Amino acid sequence: MNAIIQFASKLIRGQAAGSDAVHKFHGGVHPDGQKQQSTTLPIAKLAIPERLVLPLRQHVGYIPKIKVQVGERVLKGQMLAEAEGTLSAAIHAPTSGTVAAISEEIIPHPSGLPDMCITLTPDGQDEWTTLQPVDWRNTDKKTLVASLRSSGIVGLGGATFPTHIKVRADGKSSIHTLVINAAECEPYITCDDMLMRERADEIVQGMEIVKFLLGAESCIVGIEDNKPEATTAMAEACKALPDTSVKVVPTLYPSGDARRLIHLVLGIEIPHDKRSTDVGVQVFNVATVLAIYRYFVYGEPAVDRIVTMTGSVNMPQNFEVLFGTPLQTLIDTAGGAKAGTTHFIMGGPMMGFDLPTINVPITKAANCIIAATPDLFAPPPPAMPCIRCARCADACPVNLQPQELYWFSKSDDFEKARDYNLFDCIECGCCTYVCPSNIPLVQYYRYAKSEIIAVDKAKEAADLARERNEFRLARIEREKLERAQKHAERAASGKAEGAKSEEVKAAPEKSTAETPTAATTAGDAKKAAIAAAIERAKALKAAAQTGEMQKEPSAGTADTTDSSKPAQTEQTKEDPANAEQAKKDKQALIAAAIERAKAQKLAAAQAGITPKNVEDASPAVKAEISEIDTIREKAKQAVKAQNPDSEA
Amino acid sequence: MNRSPYITDAPTVSIIMLKVLLALVPGIFAYAWIYGGGILVTISLATITALVAEAALLKLRQRPIRPYLSDLSAVVTAWLLALALPPLAPWWLVVVGTFFAIVIAKQLYGGLGYNPFNPAMVGYAVLLISFPIIMTKWPAPLILAQTKLGFMDQLQFIFSNALPANVKIDAVTSATPLDYLKTQLMLKHEVYGITQAPIFGVWGAKGGEFVTAAYLLGGLYLLQQRIISWHLPTAFLATLAAMSLAFYTISPAHFANPLFHLMSGASMLCAFFIITDPISGPTTPRGKLYFAAGVAILTYLIRVYGGYPDGVAFAVLLMNMCVPLIDAHTQPRVFGHTKN
Repeated sequence: MNAIIQFASKLIRGQAAGSDAVHKFHGGVHPDGQKQQSTTLPIAKLAIPERLVLPLRQHVGYIPKIKVQVGERVLKGQMLAEAEGTLSAAIHAPTSGTVAAISEEIIPHPSGLPDMCITLTPDGQDEWTTLQPVDWRNTDKKTLVASLRSSGIVGLGGATFPTHIKVRADGKSSIHTLVINAAECEPYITCDDMLMRERADEIVQGMEIVKFLLGAESCIVGIEDNKPEATTAMAEACKALPDTSVKVVPTLYPSGDARRLIHLVLGIEIPHDKRSTDVGVQVFNVATVLAIYRYFVYGEPAVDRIVTMTGSVNMPQNFEVLFGTPLQTLIDTAGGAKAGTTHFIMGGPMMGFDLPTINVPITKAANCIIAATPDLFAPPPPAMPCIRCARCADACPVNLQPQELYWFSKSDDFEKARDYNLFDCIECGCCTYVCPSNIPLVQYYRYAKSEIIAVDKAKEAADLARERNEFRLARIEREKLERAQKHAERAASGKAEGAKSEEVKAAPEKSTAETPTAATTAGDAKKAAIAAAIERAKALKAAAQTGEMQKEPSAGTADTTDSSKPAQTEQTKEDPANAEQAKKDKQALIAAAIERAKAQKLAAAQAGITPKNVEDASPAVKAEISEIDTIREKAKQAVKAQNPDSEA
Repeated sequence: MNRSPYITDAPTVSIIMLKVLLALVPGIFAYAWIYGGGILVTISLATITALVAEAALLKLRQRPIRPYLSDLSAVVTAWLLALALPPLAPWWLVVVGTFFAIVIAKQLYGGLGYNPFNPAMVGYAVLLISFPIIMTKWPAPLILAQTKLGFMDQLQFIFSNALPANVKIDAVTSATPLDYLKTQLMLKHEVYGITQAPIFGVWGAKGGEFVTAAYLLGGLYLLQQRIISWHLPTAFLATLAAMSLAFYTISPAHFANPLFHLMSGASMLCAFFIITDPISGPTTPRGKLYFAAGVAILTYLIRVYGGYPDGVAFAVLLMNMCVPLIDAHTQPRVFGHTKN
């Protein structure tokens, strides 16, 4: 059956478009575009507001390091915060002015939580810092990429991934094709569309730079067929660039998703566990490419972006907005919000989110702001049970089974959800869009994903804690062993030197008597130490017997913890034969003691009690043992506490 | 909060169910025309029983009543069961069957979306096992009946099991073609001779084939409206045709031709309305093909070799049991993954 379908589709595809075919992906939906409202007017430049609030977190990755102080005057384009770590992006002053505050402010994020921001009071001069254009054609690629790191440019399609990471010029990746994402598939959003209509030439020059940086052979611009003006403009501009083409793809959400777009224009299906760069493709958004052009050719870092202000406003339009501009300024410039506006959505209606308040700044991620009314976006009716109609599965661009994922997520069966490839879900919202039961499916997936990630993290932490504890215990044992060894050495050398001493002669009986206790308390570690000590003692004794050393014995030989060691050295001086016999006896005694200790230990372990001989051990050893026991117990509890249901 | 997407474009469950009911209307009209207006009474009776039972159970289960009653799923179950019953089924049979379908097969399993078995088919199977004689006693189409019962006569028969004076029950009933074919074949008659009987029409049962054709019409409407996917009816009808063609080719004297199987009994109702119940059916495209093919094979085998006149109900219930297995083993390839 499948073979027939495949054959039929090949037949149809082959006849329809030949080599220039668009490679369709599974599913997708056709939401009403709602783009015409904001494309009637050209892009307008928004006036410099009275206050700019620049969140440090405007990109994916680490927050940058603040380089300015409150009260400092800064120039437009001056770096306010420097990228720290690999995955980070710099923040620049969008205009000249004074740093008014460095404080926590509400940022445009679904959480509605405040985060560190730099507040700038513009002076109205809009005075640029000294710009340093780069002659990119005649500059080393590594230098260019390093320079890009301080450009503050991030993916402007909404992902805000630091751009310099995507153009690593370390020669490791071999990119053959640069795909320019101009699909702009979400309804309402028109910032890329307008940018292409008005600044196609600059975009194409930016493409040239990126193509050069990546070392790509060809470049394809993917545009949805609902943007004919942009397509014409880009096609015209692309003539200036060799091996570059514009590919018109059918309007089908989510064709702007990078993996979907690559499949559409190239027919390459990127394996789920790989990145596009692994197959030699890199994707850039049109606005990002333009920002790169401006950075290299004019030296201008990322200070503004195009934002679509649409929905329930009087004059929907695209604006060139300085980062940090209060949302209110943007709304006012667009003629103000109409009556009935309840809230504002950042991003498109498929993947955007409710802004927590109107008092948020425009950031690098803000491609579109929609003034929402209940008329435009009706609150969803109460969810009904899933009727397994599988419309969601038909709509899923990843070809997942959303109804199964929903079932598993709802019942907290996260392992099953993972098995059914929950993490391949791109949260595009197609499933919710077509659900007859109005089930907020994507929310379930977000929940399940966050739960799985949290559990994984907890597990990782517990594993780490366990590992650390095991390492610590091992270290303690090792240190003890080393200490024992040192003692043994010291004792052995002392004995060897003072072999003839009478006081020490008395030692054999005492030491052998003590041997069991000492050996058992110290356990295996001691055993090894003993063996080593014996060897060394033997060697030393041999040396002493040659008569080369006739010194007086050193004092303080017997140590309670190491009392077994000196034993072997005794009497050996008087008679080699005798000594040999004595040594054998002692070794036997030691072995026996060790055996006893082992047996005792085993019995104790089986009975679940502390070894009895602990009572006989020296205070130092006892302390050490109890310390180890406490650590073990703590480790056990810590692991249990951090991972309470790991057994479940 | 992130609660996107903000926009949706989906028919509600109520709309979907309403379209299913709408698609049944041509079939009901044909039915009433062929067998008399009694079916309208049966359908009304089943509908009322279903709604009352559903409301009562929702109340017992402390669920909101209005949204669940207005989803119309109970009405769909009622109509399908009513259409599957013999046209002049006594009122209590309709009530018992519908009650069982809604209460046991649907609500006790958790209500809408949670029933593993097709409720209408559960109700039908229970009645068939419990009351086999009534369930196999089909009235003759009006065009064939020696005595034509009027609407009021049918009403009276349904509610008080009383026929007009001087009318014997045999005068209004007759064997169904599927049943007749089976018994005659057992008597060593050959298909060609058997189908010369007046109860046989051009394709299937005389009169009944129009009802079947009306179901097909309704089914095509559902396909056009994208309420059902093509996989289920196509696979069902194709498999049933292939199966009967194979047997027919081997021995035309002992096996009816494919067209007869497609146009007889509950074939069309099953293809477009019964196996297309999404809740008790599989969700994957490949799974739907397997499921429908399985129902078709079982239907054919029960029809030809089983003890019941038609095999749809048991075939569907048996395949319902296999749904979790089918779904688990027919997961489509996820984008960017190699075959599982």
